[in-house]
Amino acid sequence: MSSSIQPLIHAIEQADSPDRLISAVQALVAAQSEAGIPTLISVLGYNNPGAAVVAMKGLVQMGAMAVLPLMELLDDYNYGARAYAIRALAAIADPHALDILLSTAETDFAPSVRRAATKGVGSLRWFQLPPGQVAAAQTRAFETLNQVSQDPDWSLRYAAVVGLQTLATSLKPGQPIAQLSAQILARLKQVAETDSDFAVQSRAQMALNVLEQSSARDVQTAAPTSR
Amino acid sequence: MLDTNSELTPTASVQSDEPSLTVEQAIANLSHPDTSLRYYAAWWLGKFRVNDPTAVEALIVALEDESDRTELGGYPLRRNAARALGKLGDRRAVSGLVRCLENPDFYVREAAAQSLGMLGDCSCIPALMPLLAGGVAAVQPVPGRPHLTQPCEAVMESLGALGATEAIALVQPFLAHPIERVQYAAARAMYQLTGDAAYGERLVQALHGDDIKMRRVALSDLGAVGYLPAAEAIAQSAAENSFKLIALKGLLERQTSPDVPNSPLSDAAIRVMSLMDSLL
Repeated sequence: MSSSIQPLIHAIEQADSPDRLISAVQALVAAQSEAGIPTLISVLGYNNPGAAVVAMKGLVQMGAMAVLPLMELLDDYNYGARAYAIRALAAIADPHALDILLSTAETDFAPSVRRAATKGVGSLRWFQLPPGQVAAAQTRAFETLNQVSQDPDWSLRYAAVVGLQTLATSLKPGQPIAQLSAQILARLKQVAETDSDFAVQSRAQMALNVLEQSSARDVQTAAPTSR
Repeated sequence: MLDTNSELTPTASVQSDEPSLTVEQAIANLSHPDTSLRYYAAWWLGKFRVNDPTAVEALIVALEDESDRTELGGYPLRRNAARALGKLGDRRAVSGLVRCLENPDFYVREAAAQSLGMLGDCSCIPALMPLLAGGVAAVQPVPGRPHLTQPCEAVMESLGALGATEAIALVQPFLAHPIERVQYAAARAMYQLTGDAAYGERLVQALHGDDIKMRRVALSDLGAVGYLPAAEAIAQSAAENSFKLIALKGLLERQTSPDVPNSPLSDAAIRVMSLMDSLL
């Protein structure tokens, strides 16, 4: 462990007031050091939401290098810590966290955590997966989002619509994908027409508009070469 | 409005006695000799919005119940029946609810005032207004009880929802009531009755208060009136995302015309949805 990080970690362990803890966490976040990651993750489990949010944002900034530690240290017993860790994983959007995000979106008991995971499932950085695995992973993401889009809680259906939109946007033109893309559009149309909540209907309509505009742009840019 | 009555939901023991009530059973239970079963049935019919004419008629009868009384003289069954009737949307309940506004039990009056606002029948306005009579000086805490002399928040909420502009002069003084949440209820109603943005801004200011409970009340009020200029302030307020999402949903629902199906989304609606996306 680098010697410059150790005092910062020590300051967090020794912090004797909520404000001191927050500034100590801010200092460790600013160092952007891989060696500080386990300490930042442990802060997620302290009963100090201000410090936890700072640590979570710091972990998100560190991106890929925080993913494995977050997954390994996911605290099954401390619910608050788990919620922050899932939020960080959703924001980092590394597709290696797919399994955790899918099961959280489907079955977690806190709607706020399910919403974050649901939104995250749609916006993973699929290109980080080996090319042969992308289509299967995206199909699993669709299945979960489709299921969540039928949840009794409107806020989860809303999050699923957002996830479906970003998933559709991320699809590269191609064979197995064309079918998935059509499935997403069909589900969004169905939600726009039949959801019991006006807000969810509107969000699905917005998703359809956005996807229509982007496919119109694709056609425009493709037109000169196709002639 | 948050419910101030801890008796809102039945106790777990009652619930476990009747895990799977049917509509017929619930209606029959409204006249059961066991008062706890009656109380639970009234709650159940509202909770599951059993909009059945027989259920409505039985609940209207329950508004006159004399047998279920608390030690302090309250009418638990009447409270639950009045709450349920607001959710069932049948205006035949209006005259019975109006009579409840004179009941000595505060919680019966509160439930009736709330439900009358939900039923949307303006004929009750002249009966609601007297509950604000005497203004701030008259509507004060009752010593030893957790409530005021009158359910003024529920009354103002309903007057606002019913568009009772004749009540503006009665509501306005409550902007200066010593209790913060009463002030918000007044600001909310005044915004609905006058459309004056100053009242909407008053609720926006409340989002910066020190007490998280009061910030949640303000979020709920802004959502209920759909005050669009508050959208960004709602998204940034220091409260749980769940409360902010519900408030923004209220704004979104105001940005649309339900009479025009498939109408194009307005820029305002898109703006509100983008904020909602950021809170997921």
